Amino acid sequence: MSGHEINPNKWIDLYSDYLFNYTITRVRDRETAQDLVQETFFAGLKSMKNFKGQASERTWLISILKRKIIDYYRKINSNKGKAEVRMNLNFDGENEGDWLEQRVADPFDKTAENNLENTELGLAIHDCISKLPAKQAEVFKMKTLLGYETETICNELGITASNLWVIIHRARTSLASCMEKNWF
Amino acid sequence: MSKGFKLFVSCDKAAHTCDKTQYDEASLWEKIKLNIHLIYCKACRKYSANNAKLTKLTKNPEVDCLKNCEKEKLQTNFKKELKDH
Repeated sequence: MSGHEINPNKWIDLYSDYLFNYTITRVRDRETAQDLVQETFFAGLKSMKNFKGQASERTWLISILKRKIIDYYRKINSNKGKAEVRMNLNFDGENEGDWLEQRVADPFDKTAENNLENTELGLAIHDCISKLPAKQAEVFKMKTLLGYETETICNELGITASNLWVIIHRARTSLASCMEKNWF
Repeated sequence: MSKGFKLFVSCDKAAHTCDKTQYDEASLWEKIKLNIHLIYCKACRKYSANNAKLTKLTKNPEVDCLKNCEKEKLQTNFKKELKDH
């Protein structure tokens, strides 16, 4: 059974961003998403012996995560179903709940297909990021995805600004070619 | 100031400016120089286009990742669990 030894010590570093992105596109709440990811890791730890090594570790964790997300929705729906109050703020006349915000067309209204594509996009990007060297991946994530200021990153990581730009440049070059292959 | 008025820049400089523009950190003068460079440099044009494409993708709201402190929290919790295991 040693053919598929798995090493949980590295899970967080390797998979947490990927799993988190997978979750956040499905539950829309950072706190909940983090909890679900954490539960997934715990569950993975518990059932490590059952891992048959037929799929990659990540696929296996994702399959656990999927169940967790489904369970999460089941739980909130059963609670909510009992005590749900359906609100309709525009129910009679002009003056009831006359909030303009609710009548404006949603500019972010997207089709199902669009959403699907975006969900996969997030995963594709994380796929490519995970292929970068650790330092580049970290800097790129902080700068681009989290939107930190250059100065903040420099202070936190103890590098100079020109150093940072070189790292960013390398990361962007390899990411662009990776996305070129896998996405476009 | 005389250095600042150099109209033609090297590819290295141009690439650097291009990276900076992706984060809105390049000055107007730098952007002008970049654009002049792009007129005659095909390689940088390609890089610039790819770079912009990448930025567009990462700006997508569906692309998200954990903040460092959040990740640390996960890590410590997980370490605890791992010890008990």
